Amino acid sequence: MLNLRLYMAQRLTALIMVPLVLGHLGVMIYAVQGGLSVAEILARTQGSLAWFLFYGTFVAAVAVHAAIGLRVIVFEVLGVKGMVLDLFAWAVFVILLGLGARAVWSVTFAGSFL
Amino acid sequence: MDQPEQLLDVSIWREQNGEGHFERFQVPRRENQTILDIVAWVQHHADPTLSYRFACRVGMCGSCAMMVNGAPRWTCRTHVQKVVKDNRLEIAPLRNLPVIKDLAVDMDPFFDKWVAADAVFQPSKTRHDPMARIAPDDAMRITASEGIECINCAVCYAACDVVASNPEYLGPAALNRAWTLVNDSRDSGQDKRLHAVAQNGGCHNCHAQQGCAQYCPNELNPTASISGLKRVTAKSFFGRSE
Repeated sequence: MLNLRLYMAQRLTALIMVPLVLGHLGVMIYAVQGGLSVAEILARTQGSLAWFLFYGTFVAAVAVHAAIGLRVIVFEVLGVKGMVLDLFAWAVFVILLGLGARAVWSVTFAGSFL
Repeated sequence: MDQPEQLLDVSIWREQNGEGHFERFQVPRRENQTILDIVAWVQHHADPTLSYRFACRVGMCGSCAMMVNGAPRWTCRTHVQKVVKDNRLEIAPLRNLPVIKDLAVDMDPFFDKWVAADAVFQPSKTRHDPMARIAPDDAMRITASEGIECINCAVCYAACDVVASNPEYLGPAALNRAWTLVNDSRDSGQDKRLHAVAQNGGCHNCHAQQGCAQYCPNELNPTASISGLKRVTAKSFFGRSE
């Protein structure tokens, strides 16, 4: 069940994610090709505002995009609607945002990973 | 010696008061025969209580659509030889609409959504004004022309999986009509219409699976019309209008 507001939120977050997905794939290939260790990766990300913004934006966009997409699927396939549907979508958003933000914070500004 | 008469194995949905089942009939096969001919033969020769709907028999009125072997068809223009499988036909009422009796469905939900989509012409002039001049090669006129041959048969509505899973969804026909009006330069109700098609059951629910375009008997493409509505409403989201 989509109205214009949700539709635009999902499309705009998709637009934001396109370069971020490509950037993420590039970083992964670079890290694997170069044989970077965890410590070497963390040395590059710790304290880096650029990586914080890159993956922070990614996480925020994913949380919005996935919550709206799952909301449609749950509505159309399972028939969930009304307040339960809204609560489900908000829960997905909060969980994804929380988990993602924790990971981004850990590798950028938390000082140590796990 | 004459060839023995070939018989078609026809299953027809019978329903009354919410209870239904398929009933089998043996119907003589003819060289040139439509699905509507089959249904009419059953009513005339086998069971006069069979209910179905038709009017023009020439593909103009849009009243005889049914599910034939699982696909929505305009039955007066669908030849048996094109859709028969292993000499069998299964004829059922249109999908996604409540059954009144047998093959006759209640079209109210379908037409209620035309109203909900504000798919009604809102004149900008009166009869006292000079007639509007629309050039045949005008871009909006060409876009509108691509969608105006709809006969309201509800074949697209029955073909649409989004309608099946989302009863609020306005459906391909109503949204296609709204799109033709968005492209009618004589119309004065655009803001209200764009608002109407952008609600919870509006154009943004379309998954562009194109079942409507595949089965439309007049070969219209409601998916393209709905994409047009998505485009215009997205621009209006940023405060721009076409």
